[in-house]
Parts: sequence; structure tokens; C-alpha cells
Amino acid sequence: MAFLTLSLFVCLGAYVYQLNKGLVVTGLGDYVSWGMYISNFVFFVATSLIGMLISAVLGLSGQKWATPLARMAEIIALAFAAVAGLVIVSDMGRPDRLLNVFIHGRIQSPIVWDITVVTVYVLISTLFLYIPLIPDLKICHDKIEKLHPIARKAYKLLSLNYTGSHEQDLIIKKLTRAIAIFIIPVAFAIHTVTSWLFANTSRVGWDSTIFGPYFITGAFVSGTSAIVIAMYFFRTNYKLQEYITLEHFDKIGKLLVLVSLVYLYFNLNEYMVPGYKMKKFDARHINALFTGAHAFLFWSVQLGGLIIPITLLIFNKMRKPLPLLIIACCVFVGGWFKRYIIVVPTMEHPYLPIQNVPLNFKVYSPTLVEILITIAPMILVLLIVSTLAKIIPIVPIQETIEELEESHD
Amino acid sequence: MVENEEQPKKRTRREFLQQLGIVGIGSALGGSAILAALNYDKSKTDGQRVRVLTAQNELHEINKDDLHKVLPSKHGKLTYLQQQGRDGLEGKRFVMVIDLSKCQNARKCMAACQNAHHLRPEQHHINVLKMEETENTPPYYMPKPCQHCDNPPCVAVCPVDATFKRQDGIVLIDNERCIGCRFCIAACPYSARIFNWAEPLNAQVEKDVEYNVELNVPQKKGTISKCLFSADQVRLGKLPYCVSACPNGVYYFGDENEDTVTNGTTKETVRFKKLLEDNGGYTLMPELGTKPRVYYLPPKGKTVPFNEQDREEASEHLHHS
Ligand code: SF4
Ligand code: SF4
Repeated sequence: MAFLTLSLFVCLGAYVYQLNKGLVVTGLGDYVSWGMYISNFVFFVATSLIGMLISAVLGLSGQKWATPLARMAEIIALAFAAVAGLVIVSDMGRPDRLLNVFIHGRIQSPIVWDITVVTVYVLISTLFLYIPLIPDLKICHDKIEKLHPIARKAYKLLSLNYTGSHEQDLIIKKLTRAIAIFIIPVAFAIHTVTSWLFANTSRVGWDSTIFGPYFITGAFVSGTSAIVIAMYFFRTNYKLQEYITLEHFDKIGKLLVLVSLVYLYFNLNEYMVPGYKMKKFDARHINALFTGAHAFLFWSVQLGGLIIPITLLIFNKMRKPLPLLIIACCVFVGGWFKRYIIVVPTMEHPYLPIQNVPLNFKVYSPTLVEILITIAPMILVLLIVSTLAKIIPIVPIQETIEELEESHD
Repeated sequence: MVENEEQPKKRTRREFLQQLGIVGIGSALGGSAILAALNYDKSKTDGQRVRVLTAQNELHEINKDDLHKVLPSKHGKLTYLQQQGRDGLEGKRFVMVIDLSKCQNARKCMAACQNAHHLRPEQHHINVLKMEETENTPPYYMPKPCQHCDNPPCVAVCPVDATFKRQDGIVLIDNERCIGCRFCIAACPYSARIFNWAEPLNAQVEKDVEYNVELNVPQKKGTISKCLFSADQVRLGKLPYCVSACPNGVYYFGDENEDTVTNGTTKETVRFKKLLEDNGGYTLMPELGTKPRVYYLPPKGKTVPFNEQDREEASEHLHHS
């Protein structure tokens, strides 16, 4: 924790430096004018979709096994979504004019749509985390013996006079269900709109009609790998072996295979169709990805982040906690670089030639400052998740008890 | 504006004042209308008369009481220069025609432009590109300013209306409002936009200079810049900086409504439509639907050969990376 905080300060220092000097401290230029920050933003929004997938989709479709994972998924979702807002600010040339978006906002700009839906998603995710948490807060208040009086007060306050009456339970159930339904379209909206930041331009590599579903399915892949990582660490560190069982790993492993396969299918479409036709401008882009300057990264991501993990995860043994963790880490990191592959090469391939500018305008290479500023949000997410995990039960107590009781009946 | 329609009497006077360039706040809010109404009553007394020079370079005489200082930009309000920059010139539709058969890569246009807009050497509002379409077609030089699209993707995506289309066809930027998101750079298919990544060239000297939208000077760190069709020059009835700087007669500039364009080198004025018709004029990437206001005449009958050293650079874009 202390180490994380310290690193965060170093990264913040880098940001202050950038504020001072301008974006010139990054590797960006007039041609590749979106780089790591935007890739990072897309990745953060993507990962935040996991809350919706686990709690809402699985929850509503009666997948009871996922109940103990719901809280974790919601915490991850909230942390990533909230921090995504900061990531986008780090990319702005004039963060001091952020308010202009509200004062002069224009409805036809996809950025305005994005800001709107991300804000709504953060709010709903907060509710989605909080409402089902109320009974657990009460349990914390009642059952934890060694507790600072202020903390006890806080639990009491936040549990809103919950007494466990049948009526209250019913309200919470209904509310949770309503939010679960409502969060699905909002989550779809945030990532679809994020994909439109790209697809609504005429650039090669972005000018695609499948970008919405392509991004959404990609989001499920990153999100699922994130939850595997979280499951592993909470299980070992918080001794939750009883609640987060081998079966959970097995099932989430299968889920990862499923979402990865769907994503692979979209990848196939996205690259195979222009790759077959090789239209003039597409060809330069596709060649750079398949065999050119970005080939190593492109294939590493496709193979290491998608194809090999899918193949491995088909085997039962690979869905045990440790191997699954390692595979999930590959998928997670691959997911980040995948966003980079979507954002950067396209900007290097405009329609008209890049001439009469310094070489660093033609080829993008991130600077150290930029890398630090990219890492900062990740540290922030880790801090948020681990802090939340300290103060609220990481496995929903009440709901899990209910599940257990039901399954014993 | 609505309030003006409601008060037709005051309207003419306010318009008159705006033309003179001395009304302080061209505010979009009703407040300014009220202010103008109040001043109107006051000015009925005959006070001293003074002479002022308008932005159009005409001398006018007005009551001294009518003089107002131009106020600097306040939160949410626009300065006179900003408002004038947004309104544009009534009744005009500016167009540019670039004759590729004449371009010899002299780059005087680039120099004049960078000089006028206080740009760094690597910053181009206009960039002379070395082009080669296919292996078997001859390479040529192509000056590329902002195309001042009639359906501009850059304007569509801007979240804060910092880049906008004027009634006279010119697409401009308000760098007092730009948040530096660079969405417009991503959206522009012609790579026409540049960004002030660092402190601009003259940041120190120009600290207190009032911002002129039509010149985009002073440039500001963290904001966009691009070709402005020299909106400050055309307001004075002059040709854009690049157009008059060209020694080779490449550029024509004029008004589509009048159907005339003037060559910057020879100062010869010709029919715009006829020029396009006779020479096979075209626009860049019309298939994108951006509707450029910059027209090109093909590099046909070029007399000056293409520089051999440039050939390699030209073909780079052609071959796959
Ligand atoms: S050329 Fe680019 S910057 Fe100029 S108006 Fe068209 S889209 Fe906008
Ligand atoms: S960079 Fe400035 S002008 Fe361009 S879209 Fe963003 S706010 Fe608008």
C-alpha cells in the first residue's frame, strides 16, 4: 500500500511536469495525436464493463454460482469507470478548460455522448455496489468485534437503519434487480460510444461498422481476465477458499473462453475483410499490422492474448487457480496492447503523406513521462480496489448465505 | 438574434456599431441588447464627433459617446474579435483554386503562412506535399491547406464548438475555447490540423496581445491551429498570405457567389466555374463527402521537372510500409 502510494506520487509528478511543459513531453505529434492515453482510456472503459457482465447478465440469467463474485466485479467496474474519467483528462491539452465541455457542450460530438454515459455509468455502478451492500454493512456493524467507534457509526449510518425485515429485503431485492436491468444498456452505451470516437471518423482501420460490438466483446475479455486476477488475490490474501472455490475458477475460465472466442470472431471480421480486398489506403495499414512495423505487437496480442489462452483454457487443468491466473494476466496485458494496436497504427496511416515534419511525427514512440502518466491510473485503481476491499465485505455475505441455504434445501 | 428582431429600431444602430469595430461585447446573451438600448437613448445628445477606422479600413465619424473599449474575453462571453471571427463576412463564399501544373515547390506560401501565424518550422497550415498516385503516373507537388470543407468532420466532432464553420465558408478555430482533445485532428481526413504541443514560438512576447480568431494569433499552448484562409486578410479585401506570396501563379482565391477568383501572382481575375471547367478542376477525396472549398487543377502540361530527390519521398506513401 505504501509502495503503491509512493509510486502514485511519482506518476503524479510526471503529470505536473506535463501540465507545465505541455503535451510536448509525450511522444505525440500532429499526425499520431492520440496515443497511450487514449488507448488507456479505452482499456479502462472496457474493463469496467465486467460489473455489468457478472452481476447483471449472469445474475439476471439465474447463474447463481456467480453470486460471490458479484461484489468483486462491481468494485472493479466502479474503480475502472471512475478512473477512466481521469485518464481522459490526462490527454487534454487544456485540462484547465474542462468545464467548457459543460458550458459549451455540443450534442453532435461523440465526446459529449461519452462523457454523459460514463458519468451515468459511474453513478449507477455506485448504486449497484451500494444497494446490495446495505445488509452486509449492517452485519459489519453488528458482528465485527474490534472496531473503531467511528467506523461502527459509519457502518450504521450507511446501512440506513436496515433491520433485516422482510419488507426491507424485498425493497433491496427489487432495487437491485431494477439496477441490474438498467445497467446493461448503459454499459453497452459507454463502450459503444467509446468505439464511435474512432468509428465516426473516416480513417483507415477505424472506419468500421462493427466497432461497437467489436469493442463490447473485447471489453468482456479484459473484464473477465481482471476478475480472475482479483479472485486469485482475494482468495489467497483473505482466505476465502471456502467461498471462492475451484468451481468458480473453472466456470469463470469457461466464461473467458466463451467471450474470447466471440472476440476472436470479431477480430477475424475486422482484419480479414479489409485484408482480403487490400484497398489502397487500407493496404498500408493492414501491411503494417501483418508484416510491417506493428507486426510483432499485433501477432503477440492476437496469439498471446487470445488464441493461445483460448486453446489452453479448453483443458480442465488450465482452469485451476494458478494456471488460470497466469493465463488471465496474459489476456489482461494483451488487452491493453490490443487497444494500443487499435489506436496508434491508424494514426500513422493518414490518407495524405506525412512530409516536411520531424521523424518523430511519423513514428510514435511513447516517452517515459507518458508511460508514468499511463501507469498512474492503474495504481489508482489498485488503491481503490484494495481500500474498498478493506472496508466492505468482498464477498456478498447476505446473498451468499441465501444461496448456500437454498442449495442445501 | 432574437432580441434584435423584437427591437427593429435599435437593430440598425447596433449593427452599425458592430461594423465599426468598437462595440465592446458582442455577447450572445440578451444583456448586450439591453446595453445597446440604453446607450441609444444616451447618444441622442449631440456630443463631440470622432473619426474611427473600421476593420474594413473605412473612415467613419461617430459620436464620441458611442465609443466603447473592446473588452477582453470574459467567462462565457466573446470579445468583439471572437464574435466577428465567428460571424464571418456576409454574402461571401470563399474558394481557393490551386493549379498543380504550376507548382514548383518554391514553398514561399509555407514561409509566408508560418510568418503570418507565428508558427514553428515544423508547423504547417499549408504544406507542399510530394505526391505520386501510381507507379506509372508522374509525381507532382501539391500544396495542401485546410480544405474548408462545407461538411467538415472536424466541426462535427468538436465537443465545445471551438472549431466552427462561418457563413462565408471559412472554418476557423477559437483557441480561447479549445480544450485540446484533438478529436478534430483524428477526424480530419486531410491532416490539415496542427497542435501547439509546447509553448508557441512567441508565447513570451505576445502575452498581452489580444487574441484574434481570424489570425489565430497569439497561438496558445495546448490548443489547435490550422489554415484560416487568412480570414483577417480577406476581411480587408486582400488575398490570403500564401496566395500573394506564390511566385509561380499557383493560387487563385475568390468568391464563389461572384464566380470570380484572382490569381495571387498575376492578379488576374477570372471566372471561377470556367477555370474549373476548362482545366478539369477537382477536389481531394470527394468520396468522403466533406465537400472541400479548395479546388485543384490537375498537374497537366507541367514544364518544370520533378526534383529527382523528392521522387523517393513521394513514392514512400505509395508503397506499403
Ligand atoms: S480539411 Fe480538415 S480541418 Fe479543414 S475543414 Fe476539412 S476536416 Fe476540417
Ligand atoms: S482539439 Fe479543440 S478544436 Fe479540436 S475538437 Fe478538441 S476542442 Fe475542438
